[in-house]
Amino acid sequence: MEFLLAKYNYWFYILIMMVGFYAMISKNNLVKKMIGVSIFQAAIILFYVSIGAKRGATIPIIEHGHDAVHHIDPTAYINPLPHVLMLTAIVVSVSTLGVALALISKIYAKYGTIEEDEINEQLTDV
Amino acid sequence: MESVTSIKPLLAILTSIIVVVPILLSRKHPNVREGWSFLAGFVKLAIVGSMVPLVLKGTVIEYTMIEVVAGVALKFRVDAMGLLFALVSSTLWIVTTGYSIGYMRGLKEHSQTRYYCFFALALSGTIGVAFAANLFTLYLFYEILSLATFPLVTHHQDAEARASGRKYLTFILGSSIGLVLPAMLIIYNITGTLEFSNSGILSAGMSKGLMSVLFFMFIFGFAKAAVMPFHPWLPAAMVAPTPVSSLLHAVAVVKVGVFSIFRVVTGIFGIDNLRMFELGTALCWVAAFTILAGSLVALSQDSLKRRLAFSTIGQLSYIVLGAALLSKQGMTGGMLHILMHAFGKITLFFCAGAIFVATGHKYLSQMVGIGRRMPVTMTAFFIGSLSVIGFPPTGGFLSKWYLLLGTLEADQPLMMFILLSSTLLNAAYFLPIAYKAFFCSDEEAQFEQKIDEAPIWCVAPLVFTATVSVGLFFFPQPFLDLAKLAVQGFTGG
Amino acid sequence: MSNLQAPILLVTIPLLAAFFAALGGMLHRKISFPIALIAIILSFHQSIIVLLKVVNDGVINYRIGGWMPPFGIEYVVDHLNAMVLVVITFVSLISIIYSKLIVERELPDKIPQFYTLYLLLTTGLLGITITGDAFNLYVLLEISALATYALLALGKDRALISTFNYLILGTIGASLYLLGVGHLYIATGSLNMADLFRILPSLSGNSAVMVGFILIIVGVWIKMAFFPAHGWLPNAYTYAPSSSICLIAPLMTKVSVYIMIRIMFSVFSAEFTFANIAWQTAVVWCSVIAIIGGSLQALAQRDFRKMLTFLVVAEVGYMVGGVWLANEIGISGAILHILNDALMTLCLFLVAGILIFKTQRHQLMDFRGMFRKMPVTMGAFIIGALSMIGVPPTCGFFSKWYLIQGAIEAGRWEFMAALIFSSLVNAVLFFRIIEIGHFQHETDSHDHAEEKISEAPAIMLIPLVVVAIALVVIGLYTNDIVTNVIQHAVPVL
Repeated sequence: MEFLLAKYNYWFYILIMMVGFYAMISKNNLVKKMIGVSIFQAAIILFYVSIGAKRGATIPIIEHGHDAVHHIDPTAYINPLPHVLMLTAIVVSVSTLGVALALISKIYAKYGTIEEDEINEQLTDV
Repeated sequence: MESVTSIKPLLAILTSIIVVVPILLSRKHPNVREGWSFLAGFVKLAIVGSMVPLVLKGTVIEYTMIEVVAGVALKFRVDAMGLLFALVSSTLWIVTTGYSIGYMRGLKEHSQTRYYCFFALALSGTIGVAFAANLFTLYLFYEILSLATFPLVTHHQDAEARASGRKYLTFILGSSIGLVLPAMLIIYNITGTLEFSNSGILSAGMSKGLMSVLFFMFIFGFAKAAVMPFHPWLPAAMVAPTPVSSLLHAVAVVKVGVFSIFRVVTGIFGIDNLRMFELGTALCWVAAFTILAGSLVALSQDSLKRRLAFSTIGQLSYIVLGAALLSKQGMTGGMLHILMHAFGKITLFFCAGAIFVATGHKYLSQMVGIGRRMPVTMTAFFIGSLSVIGFPPTGGFLSKWYLLLGTLEADQPLMMFILLSSTLLNAAYFLPIAYKAFFCSDEEAQFEQKIDEAPIWCVAPLVFTATVSVGLFFFPQPFLDLAKLAVQGFTGG
Repeated sequence: MSNLQAPILLVTIPLLAAFFAALGGMLHRKISFPIALIAIILSFHQSIIVLLKVVNDGVINYRIGGWMPPFGIEYVVDHLNAMVLVVITFVSLISIIYSKLIVERELPDKIPQFYTLYLLLTTGLLGITITGDAFNLYVLLEISALATYALLALGKDRALISTFNYLILGTIGASLYLLGVGHLYIATGSLNMADLFRILPSLSGNSAVMVGFILIIVGVWIKMAFFPAHGWLPNAYTYAPSSSICLIAPLMTKVSVYIMIRIMFSVFSAEFTFANIAWQTAVVWCSVIAIIGGSLQALAQRDFRKMLTFLVVAEVGYMVGGVWLANEIGISGAILHILNDALMTLCLFLVAGILIFKTQRHQLMDFRGMFRKMPVTMGAFIIGALSMIGVPPTCGFFSKWYLIQGAIEAGRWEFMAALIFSSLVNAVLFFRIIEIGHFQHETDSHDHAEEKISEAPAIMLIPLVVVAIALVVIGLYTNDIVTNVIQHAVPVL
């Protein structure tokens, strides 16, 4: 039990990830699949953000950072690096979503549907 | 042994690759085109011939192009055995070019330019194999030859050619990729080299099982030698135009196969190793089986070219047997047989082609009394038969003589018996053809008593090769010297 | 820090050119091609400079903006990625020249967009290869992936839906990679590859590191279509426009293999990666299945493009298996195969592109009569095919040589058998096409007008011929490439 509680953030990200994964593989609707992909990526973003967090720490804006008089205690500030990385990752996931939606709209224009089974039916007919 | 560096072996190979360009450029002018083929043939023969005096002195001519993998280079080495083979193939190329002119024009064949181009390329492959200094170089040219001959075998581009082409490639390419390549790589892995050496590169410390497996991977992998059961491509390849069958499937391709076996036996495994593991004897039996089976099947063939094909299968195994005997005389005989069989068999193929050009007949049952119409051709056929059977005074007698001596030297009387019985079989399937051509009653004869030979371009080459077959009996030099010299190297003195 | 700016220039030139190609395209659609071409020529030039510098002086470290690692992003060029960089820029250069006419015909109203995406894809691939930062690699991986999705989706038929499937799987792969990097970051607090390499050995046995390793490797495998995650590739590549597939097919999988090698040996260490023998065995078996399965699937295809895509899957098996043989020869073979396979895949896809350009079709049957109509194209096709089969002296033979040597060394006979098997199947595959081209004429042969040569335009033909020649030249210089470049890229085991 302690094992579960101590690292609860990991359990949550795995849970969210699996929700996304489930949507990706089992949904028939292409937009829903993409929602699954977004959830999957969001889970990873949450994971990164959570690893930067520290109990009782504050945002990493350091006052008097440049004078040597003040001692800076690293435990008082959360780690900013994962957050910064995730800014980039969010951009990446948004662009992926954009490309995917563009594809879906093209698919809709071509097949008149975004349900995977109906598209497959049309493809096998031809 | 002394060695000299010279670019000559490379030049000999390149001549027939380079000549493809002028052949292609002069495709609109057949006479000019064939002129180029002849020119290249004579240049090649001159280059090869110019190396004879040096090699006879016991010198080895080497040329290294480039090291492709650590310890393995694209490298040529001209020694007595390689030179013997190169001399035979480049001489016969010129003869065959002449014959091709008569045959291809006589039958108005299509795509003649393509034909001459790939013929030249195939010759480069053959000479490359002859001069290869290591197994890698040999394999490279072996494959070039396989690929260059495919368009020749399938020249007619009809359904039959296609089926035969498939069979040809399946056996030739399949066995070389499936058997020779892995065997070669395993040997490289064990020894770190692929260089042919007179005493072999494998050490005696190897296990018998591995050595035997590798040995037979090579023997069967070189399917061009048509050791049974890897022979069916040879009769199938007879769909090719006759000049192709004659040069490639009586001389270049099949002899490349047996030559490769000779090289591997002597240069990779080494005679001593094979003796120790009794692999020579095992190979003797494989060869003996092929000799007898090939001759027996030949007896029952009605198509002249197919009969010749099965005869070739049997005769090739004579050469393999020569290598397998691992005795001085036997190997000399095997090497000489490369030469003697080449001249004898090419004569027979030329005759088959000449008959086809003149009469359109392919089957023996249609050739009764043909001597009345084509006496010159059939006389040459008779001489060729004698040479392949091994009757004096033809060159074939010499090689068989040495082979028989070899069986005695190797203490294999059973092999001697097999050779002799095969000689009888050879006589049984060849002599009736010549006999029926000349001696038959008027009712049986299918031809008028009027001489009507094939074009001069067809007849002249076959007269030439028949004459040489006889000539070689009286003047076997320098070939005999070369063969003896080569064997001296392998057996160490 | 050295004042050599080439590492950053070769990535930023195509990146900036992408903007200019888009902007210039708004003014006039013909401007974007010269911009893209010049950018890629410059980038190619820079990559050559980098390669020579690395070969002469050793590893280059370039700190972007002068920030010290591990805080700033560092570009590291060693022998491995110097070679891959040249491959990428070379392929990119060849196919941009080649595809000019195809783009104008296939996508007349989207020319600027095409070149923008093309440049971005090149940038992404170059960035992946040159970066020394694990997270930066992820970003560039997705840049190239997004450009690929867009380029693939321009195709016909099922292109849209198969690209969508690729997008889903590709995103999963990249996400797993990102997650793995996160685990490494937790354990080490660093993202710089060299830094990670320093820290990780002290954390052996840490489960987060282990999980991170597995996630990264699995993610990369999905990206490179390694069995069993290969399903997306054949459809996505078959229906792609031939303008972009010549860039994507040769490079995407190869760059993924590069990432795998980089992660295995430069982030983790060889000892860590190969600590578990059971995994090695499992991965080698997966690659055996990929090779055999890919070859057999290819055999079942009637569509030339689709056949090639299955061969790409099999070739991925070659490389992954070679690396996981866990010995220096096998890894050398895999790295050599990155170079060789990129070129031979390129060669064959160029042929496919020409076929589509001339006939609008890409079934195997569309090769009929091609030897007559397009002799140059078919000549290049044969060289590419021989390289795929592994016939010397084409380069495909030599990577196979190293891979098989590695397999023998590691005692993994199953891998050796798979390689030989795939050679045999490839021989069948390509000779089937050669047969179609050789035997079947488009119409009845009495129509002599159709025997005219009708080659593709020079702008498509010259790149193809250059690649075909490169296949042979690289094959002959294998030893130089291995001793000067690849040997330094292989970890000491």
